[in-house]
Amino acid sequence: MQTAQDLASRSEAQAGLSALVRTYAVWIIAAGLLVALPLVFDSGTSLTKMSLMCIMVVFSLSYNMLLGQTGMLSFGHAVYYGLAGFMAIHALRFLGVPGMPVPLPLVPLVGAAMGLACAVVFGWISTRRSGTAFAMISLGLGELVAASALILRSFFGGEEGVSADRSRLLPFAGLDFGAQLQVYYLIAAWTFVCVVAMFAVTQTPFGRIANAVRENPERAEFVGYSTHIVRFISFCLAGTFAGVAGAMAAINFEIMNALSVSGAQSGVVLLMTYIGGVGHFLGPILGAVLITALQISLSDFTGAWMLYFGLLFILVVMYLPGGLAGLIMLHAPVLRAQRFGVLVPSYLLLSGPALLTLAGAAGLIELAHHRLVKAAMDGTAMRLMGVSFDSAAPLPWLLAVLLLVLGLLLARVAFRAVRGAWSEVNAGLRQRS
Amino acid sequence: MLELVVFSTLNGVLYGMLLFMLASGLTLIFSMMGVLNFAHASFYMLGAYFGFELARQFDFWVGLVAAPLIVGTAGALIERFGLRVVHRHGHVAELLFTFGLAFVIEELVQMVWGKLPVDYRVPQQLDFVAFNLFGTTYPAYKVFMLVIAIGMFLCLMLVLTRTRIGLIIQAALTHPQMTAMLGHNVPGVFMLVFGGGSALAALAGAIAGPALVTQPSMAALLGPILFVVVVLGGLGSLAGAFVASLLIGLVQTFAVAVNLSLADLPGMAQLSPAAGTLIGDLWRVTVAQVAPVIPYLLLVLVLILRPTGLMGNRET
Repeated sequence: MQTAQDLASRSEAQAGLSALVRTYAVWIIAAGLLVALPLVFDSGTSLTKMSLMCIMVVFSLSYNMLLGQTGMLSFGHAVYYGLAGFMAIHALRFLGVPGMPVPLPLVPLVGAAMGLACAVVFGWISTRRSGTAFAMISLGLGELVAASALILRSFFGGEEGVSADRSRLLPFAGLDFGAQLQVYYLIAAWTFVCVVAMFAVTQTPFGRIANAVRENPERAEFVGYSTHIVRFISFCLAGTFAGVAGAMAAINFEIMNALSVSGAQSGVVLLMTYIGGVGHFLGPILGAVLITALQISLSDFTGAWMLYFGLLFILVVMYLPGGLAGLIMLHAPVLRAQRFGVLVPSYLLLSGPALLTLAGAAGLIELAHHRLVKAAMDGTAMRLMGVSFDSAAPLPWLLAVLLLVLGLLLARVAFRAVRGAWSEVNAGLRQRS
Repeated sequence: MLELVVFSTLNGVLYGMLLFMLASGLTLIFSMMGVLNFAHASFYMLGAYFGFELARQFDFWVGLVAAPLIVGTAGALIERFGLRVVHRHGHVAELLFTFGLAFVIEELVQMVWGKLPVDYRVPQQLDFVAFNLFGTTYPAYKVFMLVIAIGMFLCLMLVLTRTRIGLIIQAALTHPQMTAMLGHNVPGVFMLVFGGGSALAALAGAIAGPALVTQPSMAALLGPILFVVVVLGGLGSLAGAFVASLLIGLVQTFAVAVNLSLADLPGMAQLSPAAGTLIGDLWRVTVAQVAPVIPYLLLVLVLILRPTGLMGNRET
C-alpha cells in the first residue's frame, strides 16, 4: 500500500518533470548551445565574435521591446547602451582597487541601473508623443547626448575614450576574467538571463497591453490604460536591458568611446532588429547574430560592405516587412502540415536566378568600388572569386549587367512557380481545417 | 559689439533661410504623405555633389540649374517606385525606407567622391567683397546665397497661394480623399511635391556647397537639425517651419560668436570647481562650444512646454 502510493507520486513527479522539460525545451537547448559553443569554436577571434553577438542580441531584443512590442520607432536607442557602458567602465575603474567588495559579474547591474535612470529621465519627455513625433524626439535626444559626449570630456574621455582593466576586480569563484573564455561565459550567462527576462515580459499582462498600445492606442486609451504610462514603462524596460548590453560591451572591450552613444550605433541596432524581424521574439536574435557575423566576415572581403548592408535593409523594408523571422514563421503551418515538399521544387527553381541576380549585383558593386576607390592607389587590375581582370575594361561590366538583368528576368518567371506552389499549399491547408 | 550683432544677424538669417529651403520641403512632404523623409538631407548633399561635379565638368551655373533638376527627378522616381511600394506596409516602413536610402546615398557618395571634402569653389564672377562694414568684409557669394534663398521663399509662397497647383497641394494637405474625389490626381501631386521638395533641397545644397564644406557627412550633420526645425515649428506647419528655421539659424550663429562660460560671469571667480570633474567641465565650457547642442536643448524645452511645437496644431 505504502509503496504503491510512493510509486504513484514518483511517476507523477516524473511526468511533471518531463512536462517541464518539454515546456522549457527551447530554453534548455539555448542554454546548452551557449555553454557548448566555445567547445567547438575555441579560437580567440571566435570567442570575441560570439561575445559580441551575445551583446548585440541583448541590445536588439531591448530595442524590439520598443519597436516590435510597443510600436515605438526610436532613432536614439544607443544613448542608453552607451551611457550605461560609460558608467560601467567608470565602475570598473572605481572597483579595480584592492578592498572593493564587488566582483565583475555584478557590473552589468550598474549598467542596468544607469540605463534605467537615463530612460526614466529621457523617456518621460519623449513618450508623451507617439509615432513620427516620438521618432524625431528620440533622434534629437540621441544627437543631444552624442554632441554632449564631445564636450564633457571628464566622463566621456574625449576622442580616445575611457579604458579600464576588468581583471583588477575582486576575483569571483576563483576567476579573474582575464581570459576571453571566462568573459564569454560571463556574457553568455547574462545574455541568457536577459533573454529569458525579456521573453517573460512579453508573456505578462503588461506585455499584452503594450501590444494593444502598438495596435490601437485609441482603443487602449478607451479601455482605461494611459498610453503614455504604458509607453513609458516599455521605454524604461528597454533602457534597462540596453544598459545591461552596454555594460557587457564595456566588460568585453575594456574601452568605451563616444561612438557608442552616436547615431550610427542607434542606426545599426535598428537595422539589425528590422532585418531579423520585429514581429517575432526570435527576429532580433536572428538579426543580431546574422548581421554581426556579416559585419565581421564581409568587412574582410570587401570595402563596400556597408553598402550591401544598406541595400539589404532597403530590400527587406520593401519586400519582406516581417524580416527574416517573418519569412521563417510563414512556413511554420506548412511544416506542421508536412506540406513543405510541395514548395521545395519551386524554391530550388528560384534559387538559380536569385544567385545570378546576386552575382550580378555584387559584381557591379565590387567593380564600381574597385574602379572608384581602389584604382587610384593600386591600379585597375582586380581579382574577384579567383578571376583576375581589369576593372576599367568594358567586358567585366557588361558581364555583370548581363548577369543582373538575366537573373532578374528569370527570377520573375521562377517567382510565378513559387506563387503557384504556395497557392497549392494554401488550398491544401484550407481543406484540412 | 555692433559689428558682431550685424554680422551674426546676417549670417544667422542666411543659415536660417538655407534651413528653411530644406525644412519647407520636409514639412510639406510630411503633412501630405505622413512620411518623415530621412533622406531629405541626403538630397541636399547630392545637390552639393552634383553641383560640384557639373561645375568641374562645365560651369558653376550649369550645376546650379542642372543639379536640382537631376535630384528632383531622382526624388520623384524614388517616390514612384520606392515609397509607393512601401506605403502599403505603413508609415514606419516608409520612414525606415527613407532611413535606408539615406544610408545607401551616404555610402555611394563616399564611393564616388571619396571620404574627404571636395574642392567646391565659389565661382569667379562672385568671388569679391560685397561691402565693408566696421572694417570687416562680407563676401558677395553670401549675398548671392541670401538672394537665392529669399527668391526661392517668395516663389514657393506664390506657387502655393496663387497658382492652381498650389491650391490643389493645399487641399491635398488636409483633405487628400476629398481632393481625389474631385478628380485630382493626388498620387501624382504627391510625386510632384516629393520631387519638388528634393529639388529645393538640392538647390540649397548646390548654393551652400561652396560656402560650407562639401563632404560625405554633411547630410548626417544637417539631418537632425532639420528634424529639430520641423518639430520646433510644429509638424506640418509651413509658417512654423519658417519661424523655427530663422530661430535656429540665429541662435546657432550668435552662440558661436559668444566666447563666454559660467566661469566668466561676474562674481563667479572665487567659485571654481576643479578641472577634470563633470562640474568643472560644465563650468568652463563656453557658449560657443555648446552651440551644436543648443537646438536639441530647445527641442526638449519646447516638447516639455508646448508639445505641438510653436505653430503646430496636431499631436502626431
